[in-house]
Amino acid sequence: MTRTILLLACLLAGAASARGDESATLKAGVFDPPRAAPDFTLQGSDGSALKLSRYRGKVVLLGFGFTSCAAVCPVTLGTLAAAHKKVGAQAADLQVVYITVDPERDDAPRMKKYLAAFDPTFIGGTGSDQQLAAVRKDYGIAAQKVAGPDGSYTHSSFVYLIDPAGRLRALMPFGHPADDYIHDLKILLAAP
Amino acid sequence: MKFPRRHALAIALVAGVLGVLAWAALKPVQFASREEVFEIPRGTWARRMSGDKVEILPSQIRLTLGVRDVLLLRNLDDVPQVFGPTIMMPGQSFRLPFEVASSYAFACTAHLSGQMTIVVEPQPLSPWARLRWRAVRLWDAVA
Repeated sequence: MTRTILLLACLLAGAASARGDESATLKAGVFDPPRAAPDFTLQGSDGSALKLSRYRGKVVLLGFGFTSCAAVCPVTLGTLAAAHKKVGAQAADLQVVYITVDPERDDAPRMKKYLAAFDPTFIGGTGSDQQLAAVRKDYGIAAQKVAGPDGSYTHSSFVYLIDPAGRLRALMPFGHPADDYIHDLKILLAAP
Repeated sequence: MKFPRRHALAIALVAGVLGVLAWAALKPVQFASREEVFEIPRGTWARRMSGDKVEILPSQIRLTLGVRDVLLLRNLDDVPQVFGPTIMMPGQSFRLPFEVASSYAFACTAHLSGQMTIVVEPQPLSPWARLRWRAVRLWDAVA
């Protein structure tokens, strides 16, 4: 009896420790404790209202950029598209949301066309200057228009990982390969 | 024949220096923790509001793979803070591991330049790399 209790205690301790280590094993940077990802309502590139809470139950990869971005966004979106393709059946549990920092040029049809070039399931978000500034503030996103004729922006280049319960769990810095996203996606889906 | 005392001292000194160099070159660089910790102390926001220019994060952070390759940021203040690359809630921490030696630039409104750079150096595995690594850290600590 004592042996059974000890064994049970060890198993429980092991399970607790494994759960505690989950976040530590992510490739992305981890928030502890995680907080609820701020919800927002923007204009979706699919023509409907884009609410983050719409994707509860999925892992959301949330990025910020603009369709005329030459250096950062194509790399990030290409990586996310590769991860989405490579993850197989679990792609159904994954949603990429990309919010523009350039509402002047990025309307919903333009974002739809741009994102579809990477993956047709990706959803873009746009809105008024004020709406987008509020979302950026909630997520600590920096975006600054660069003086010059091409109207470029410097902007935060990381991608947030939001778990199926709608919690902001981690932040993947720019440059990580698709396999790192898949690695973290599997962890977040396995232990929501 | 008597060996001059000052020669013995010189030999001992040289032997000591060589010993230290050998230790620095041969002993693997290791710490109990691989985390480089930065904290926003409580009351930082209030100090900033009163006009105090508080710098918590250097504009450049140097990490070393396999030695100190995890950035750990903690917001101990009472208000949310844009800290490093992201916004952090009171009491929240952010743990960012690095696996590739490179230079990482983050937009960071906490700095006047608007940017924070994290330089991740390769793990010092050869004796020369260990020696150099320790010498640079010693210099940084003294300077």
